Amino acid sequence: MAHSLKRRVSYFLLLDILKGFQLGMKYFFKPKYTLNYPHEKGPLSPRFRGEHALRRYPNGEERCIACKLCEAICPAQAITIDAEPRDDGSRRTTRYDIDMTKCIYCGFCQEACPVDAIVEGPNFEFATETREELFYNKDKLLANGERWEAEIARNIELDAPYR
Amino acid sequence: MAEFFSSNLGIFLIIVGQCLMLTAFVMISLLVLVYADRKIWAAVQMRRGPNVVGPWGILQTVADAAKYVFKEVVIPSGADKTVYMLAPLVGFILSIISWAVIPFSENLILANLNVAVLYIFAVSSLEVYGVIMGGWASNSKYPFLGALRSAAQMISYEVSIGFIIIGVILSTGSLSLVDIVKAQDGDYGFFNWYWLPHFPMVILFFISALAETNRPPFDLPEAESELVAGYQVEYSSTPFLLYMAGEYIAIWLMCALTSILFFGGWLSPIPGIPDSPLWLVGKMCFFFFLFAMVKAIVPRFRYDQLMRLGWKVFLPMSLGWIVLVAFFVQYGAFGGTYARWVTGG
Repeated sequence: MAHSLKRRVSYFLLLDILKGFQLGMKYFFKPKYTLNYPHEKGPLSPRFRGEHALRRYPNGEERCIACKLCEAICPAQAITIDAEPRDDGSRRTTRYDIDMTKCIYCGFCQEACPVDAIVEGPNFEFATETREELFYNKDKLLANGERWEAEIARNIELDAPYR
Repeated sequence: MAEFFSSNLGIFLIIVGQCLMLTAFVMISLLVLVYADRKIWAAVQMRRGPNVVGPWGILQTVADAAKYVFKEVVIPSGADKTVYMLAPLVGFILSIISWAVIPFSENLILANLNVAVLYIFAVSSLEVYGVIMGGWASNSKYPFLGALRSAAQMISYEVSIGFIIIGVILSTGSLSLVDIVKAQDGDYGFFNWYWLPHFPMVILFFISALAETNRPPFDLPEAESELVAGYQVEYSSTPFLLYMAGEYIAIWLMCALTSILFFGGWLSPIPGIPDSPLWLVGKMCFFFFLFAMVKAIVPRFRYDQLMRLGWKVFLPMSLGWIVLVAFFVQYGAFGGTYARWVTGG
C-alpha cells in the first residue's frame, strides 16, 4: 500500500468525500430528467413505428388495394390477407389480420405499401390484458386509422421530403 | 386531579403517556426520514423519487408499511422459529428504547439518567444481537455471512465511538446528556459547542456512526451485489419492516447523539435567540441530510478496507485524542476550553 504523500494527505483530509459532496450538491439542484410518464410524455419522431392502422381516402374509400406486398415482405409473417373483387369490380380485402404478438415493428409493411394504406402510427400504448386482443383484424385496423388519422397524415407529410 | 396524578396509578399513567408521546415522535419522524432519504438520494441522481402517494409522495412510507404488514410471513423450513421471529423484535425494541434518555430540552426528557451515555452505549452494543440472531436463525448462507460481517463491523466501530465519547465525557465530567449539553452553553453560541475543541473527533464520530448503523458506504452486511441483502435475506412482511424501522431509528438516534455531544443539543447557535427543542430537531435533520448525501455519493468499502479503517486509523486516532484531551483537562490548557465542569468535576 505505497501511496504518494499527496494521495495520503488527500485521503486523510477526506478531500475525495468533499469533492463528491460538492458534485452531489451540484446535481441535487439540477432539473430532473424523469418524466411523470402517464402525464408527461417524451417527443416522438415522425418516423416512430407504433401500432398499425389502415387508412382511408378523404372520401371514405379504403386505400388498401389488396396487392399483398406487405404480406409478402413481412419478415415475421404476421400479416394475413384475403381478397375478392367487390360488386363494383374493384379489388378489395375481405380479411386483413395482423398478429401483433408476432410483429417486430420493422416498418417494412408501410415501406412496401404503394398507396400508404398500412402505416405504423404514433401510438405505443396498446397493451392488453389477453393475448387474443392482440390479434388485430381489419375492423380494428380501420378503427385505428380513423382514430389516428390526423397524427398519421402529419407524420407522413413531415417525412415526405425524405421518402 | 393533582391528587390523582400523585397516586401510583396516576404516575404510571403519566409515564405511559410520556413513552407514547416519545414513540409517536420517533415513528412519525421515521415516516418522514425514509421518504426524505429516498428523495435526497433521487435528487442527487436527478430522479424525482416517490411522488405519487399523497401530496409530493409524502405518504409513500405509510403505503410501504401497510404493504409489508399485509404480506405473508415466510419462515424457512430449517429456521429456528423462536429466534427467527425474536430477532427483528430485538433489533427494533433495542433501537427504540435508547430514545428514553435523549434530552429534547433541559426538562423535556423521559429519563434523566446520570449515566445516559453509558446506557445508550450499552443498548446500541446489544443491537448487534438482533442482526446476529436473525442471520443465524435463518439457517441460510447469505444471512449468516451478513450477520458475521455486521457483528465484526459494529463491534469494531463501537470501540472508536466509545473512545470518542470518552473525550467528551472527560471535558464535561459527567455521563449525563443533559449535563453534556449544559456544558456547551456559553456566550459564543455556535463556537461554544464541543465540535470546535473536539473537531477531528466530530468527523470520526460521524463516520463511525455510519458504520455503526450499517449505512453506506459501510453497508457490507447487506451488500446486495454479494450477499443479496445480508442478514435480511430470509425475512419478509412485518419482521422485515421491523428490521428496516429499527435501522432508521438507529440512524435517527445517531443524528441526535451527534447533535447532543458535539453540536449543543437544544442550544441556539446564535446568542440572543432562545434555546428550543426545535433546534435539536433541526440539527438532527441536518445530520440526517448528511447521512443521506453520503449514501448517494460514496461507493461501498471493501471489507478489509473497512476493518483497516476501524482498527488501524480510527482506533489509534481516538486513543491519542483521549490522551491529549486528558492532558489538556488536567493542566487547564487553552483557558479551560477542554475542562468545562458542570457538576464540579
